[in-house]
Amino acid sequence: MAESLALTPGIKGIVEDWSSDQRAFKNVPWGKAMMWIFLLSDTFIFSIFLVSYMTVRMSTTAPWPNSSEVFALTLFGNHIPLILIAIMTFVLITSSGTMAMAVKFGYEKKKVPTFWLLMVTAFFGATFVGMQAFEWTKLIVDEGVRPWGNPMGAPQFGAAFFMITGFHGTHVSFGVLFLIITAIKVRRGDLDKETPGFMTGRPNRYEIVETMGLYWHFVDLVWVFIFAFFYLW
Amino acid sequence: MSDQGQQHPISIYFWIWGLLFVLSAASYMVDYLQFQGYLRWSLIIIFMMLKAGLIVAIFMHMMWERMALIYAILVPPLVIIVLVGLMAGEADYTFLTRLEFFTDWVFDSPG
Repeated sequence: MAESLALTPGIKGIVEDWSSDQRAFKNVPWGKAMMWIFLLSDTFIFSIFLVSYMTVRMSTTAPWPNSSEVFALTLFGNHIPLILIAIMTFVLITSSGTMAMAVKFGYEKKKVPTFWLLMVTAFFGATFVGMQAFEWTKLIVDEGVRPWGNPMGAPQFGAAFFMITGFHGTHVSFGVLFLIITAIKVRRGDLDKETPGFMTGRPNRYEIVETMGLYWHFVDLVWVFIFAFFYLW
Repeated sequence: MSDQGQQHPISIYFWIWGLLFVLSAASYMVDYLQFQGYLRWSLIIIFMMLKAGLIVAIFMHMMWERMALIYAILVPPLVIIVLVGLMAGEADYTFLTRLEFFTDWVFDSPG
C-alpha cells in the first residue's frame, strides 16, 4: 500500500485523514474500524448502566449492602472478603494476556500457537462465566437477593447487580462462542486460504483475530470499571 | 499485509500482563486492608484508570493507531461526564426528597 508512505503524523494527520478520499481510518482494515465503532456504542450502554447504578445508590435512604461481605467466601476455613471477585478478575486478565499473544501469533501466520491461545482464552472466558453462575446462584438461593429487594439493605442492589453483571456475562458468553469459531477457522486454514466467510462471503484474513481480540479486551476493560465501581466502591 | 497488521515483540504483552496483575492485586488490597473515605475512592479510581489505559493502549494497540481513529473513539465517551454530573444532581434531589417524605425509611446512617 503506497498510501502509508505519504501519511502525515500527529494532529495535522487527523485533518488530512478525515478530508481524504475513500476512507478516514488509514492503516486499519474496515472490519477493525467497525469493531471499534461497535465498542464505542457498547461503551455508552455500559456507561448508562453504571450511571443508573450511581443514581440509585446515591438516592436510596437505606444502607447499601457491603459488597466486601456479600461476595466473601470461606476457603479452607478462612473467611476472605471479596475473594471470588478477585479470582474472577485475575482469570479475565489472564485471558486478555493470552488473547493479545494470539493476535501476535496470528499476524505471524503461526496457526498452531494462534489456535491454542484462542482456545485457552475461550477456556478462561468459560471459567469466568462459570464462576459468575456460581456467584449468582449463591446470591439468589443462599442470600435471597432479588431485583426488587434483599435482606442486606437497599432494594436497588439486586436490580443493579443483575443488570450490570448479567449484561457483562452475556458479553463474555458470546465472546467465548466467537473465540471458538475463530479458533476453528484458524485451525482449518480458512485464514491462510482466504476462503469466503459463511455469512458475508468476504475472504477470511488474519485481521479477524485482531478484531476478535478488540472485542475480548473490551470485555476485560468493562470488567475493570465494574470491579472498581460496583464491587470496590 | 505487514503495514495493516500490528507487529510487536511478545515481551511487551508479558510486561503489561504482569502490570495488570499487580494493579488488580493493589485494587483488591484497597478492600482487603479496608481503606475508607477519600483514600479508598481515589486509590480505586487511580488503579482503574491505569488498568483501563494499559488495556486500551497496548492490548488493543491504540497507541500505534493513527490520531484520526484514536480521537474518533476516545473523545465521544467524555460526554458521559456530563451525564454523571446531571444524574448526581438528580440523585441528590431524590435523596433529599425521600428524607423529607419517607423518614421512617431512614436507618441509622443515611446513604
